[in-house]
Amino acid sequence: MSAISERIPGREAVKAKGWFRAHKWLLARRASQLAFLALFLSGPLFGLWIAKGTLASSLTLNVLPLTDPLVALQSLLAGHWPETAALAGAAIVLAVYAALRGRLYCSWVCPVNVVTDTAGWLRRRLGWKDGVSLNRRTRLILLAGILIASAVTGTIAWEVVNPITQLHRALVFGSLFAGGIAWTVLAAIFLFDLAVAPRGWCGNLCPVGAFYGLVGRFGRVAVSAPRRAACDSCMDCYQVCPEPHVISPALRGAGSEVIQSPDCTACGRCIDVCPQDVFALGLKGTAGAAPLRQGERL
Amino acid sequence: MSAQSDKQGVARRRFLATAVKATAGAGCAALLVGEVAAPSRTLAATALRPPGAKGESHFLAACVRCGLCVRACPYDTLKLADLADPASSGTPYFEARQIPCEMCEDIPCVVACPTGALDKGLTDIAQARMGTAALVGHETCLNVLGLRCDVCYRVCPLMGKAITLDMRHNERTGKHASLIPVVHTDACTGCGKCEKSCVLEEAAIKVLPTELARGRIGGHYRLGWEEKAKHGGELVDGIIDLPDRGYTPPSLGPSLGKEFKP
Repeated sequence: MSAISERIPGREAVKAKGWFRAHKWLLARRASQLAFLALFLSGPLFGLWIAKGTLASSLTLNVLPLTDPLVALQSLLAGHWPETAALAGAAIVLAVYAALRGRLYCSWVCPVNVVTDTAGWLRRRLGWKDGVSLNRRTRLILLAGILIASAVTGTIAWEVVNPITQLHRALVFGSLFAGGIAWTVLAAIFLFDLAVAPRGWCGNLCPVGAFYGLVGRFGRVAVSAPRRAACDSCMDCYQVCPEPHVISPALRGAGSEVIQSPDCTACGRCIDVCPQDVFALGLKGTAGAAPLRQGERL
Repeated sequence: MSAQSDKQGVARRRFLATAVKATAGAGCAALLVGEVAAPSRTLAATALRPPGAKGESHFLAACVRCGLCVRACPYDTLKLADLADPASSGTPYFEARQIPCEMCEDIPCVVACPTGALDKGLTDIAQARMGTAALVGHETCLNVLGLRCDVCYRVCPLMGKAITLDMRHNERTGKHASLIPVVHTDACTGCGKCEKSCVLEEAAIKVLPTELARGRIGGHYRLGWEEKAKHGGELVDGIIDLPDRGYTPPSLGPSLGKEFKP
């Protein structure tokens, strides 16, 4: 028991592959999250305008409109038919995530991911194993709830609450550094994930993630376990995975080695922490199922 | 056969129970989120929406809180509400006393709006109705006190139309005039320059939401003179206009009027 509980996930991988290779996808993801933020911040900080607006709706290089399709849907339900710019923007975003993988948004774009990842990391470091376990479907119910609330109140209901756009706005428009109190919502989520429900916000509650999961269930980007025969059941991947239930069918099942669940955010952390290099991230359906296989060493 | 139908019955009951539970859960979430979202429809009286916003309920159905109007505003008038601000979190607003609307002719904030929360039908900024100015400080306004401040009148972008100065006898001195600022709601855009410029420590003239500032006459009221004008004459034929006490209309002649002494 103590051997397992004292094991820090990722440490073996660092020994086996070196620090950089054991943090490759994590670094790539942080870079991506920062880059998406930088697109919006270069304007207000340096006068170089690339993307204006927020994650709810934006205009890139004064030509490309992008709109969160969930926000557009709530607006429609609230009884407003948005103008062409917003609808076209929503269609573009919808098409991209449907083609790739909806929940790529969660781990590669969403700024709240950094907060919940940090809570998860601290939890592992503190060795806190217990916590409330919520039903994963809660987020779908919450999604239905916000759509009903939008229709009934005639407002874009979730945007009054949504911590993602709340944080993004506060960062991009600077209120976070000027006495704004949007950080309190993030603090609540951090404490919730840390002390109440492990991975509770992103994994069980966030209706935005639930929406993108539904949208991108047939997307092409996927993590797979091409070297699953080499797995020695160290459980490190389960420890770091924000949606641990997605791993087993691909890793232990007799069927496809590709993770099929739309809940997988393709964060690639399982690839990083696996000392045996079992996992790979790539496009579904291409020859060999895992084109980005990380060599055959080890 | 019966065992199988039993099994089907159990499965059906379980499915129904799950469906009912999910519906109840969604209802619970809808109520909680709705209870947060619905009150946000009441906007504080000090918070004004950008030009082209068509009423708060329409605005909250249409505004995605992206801030593109804020980015388009050349004067930093507009800002996005933080959680503690007087408008629903993330929506654009301005406070006249802080930075008023400069009434740009090309209305860049409206052009920038991707959703139609700010109506693109608004092409003449003089037609904007962000609120309505009202002289609320009837005991503090320097002009009412008999001084010649006139600042609100002079800064008004629609000087002489949205605000006029009405002359009134100054009872205090007995020989001067007071020039009272009067707002004309048919012309006032609610830009807030008057409130911003008011020299008092707390502005005597304020831009308020139009429905608060204007007041509203009862729907059943009929204004006699307007009805008469519409009708083109007396509304009731042969009505006798009885003399008022102490006043004899010329048509009745002098003899009748003399009998009434108040």
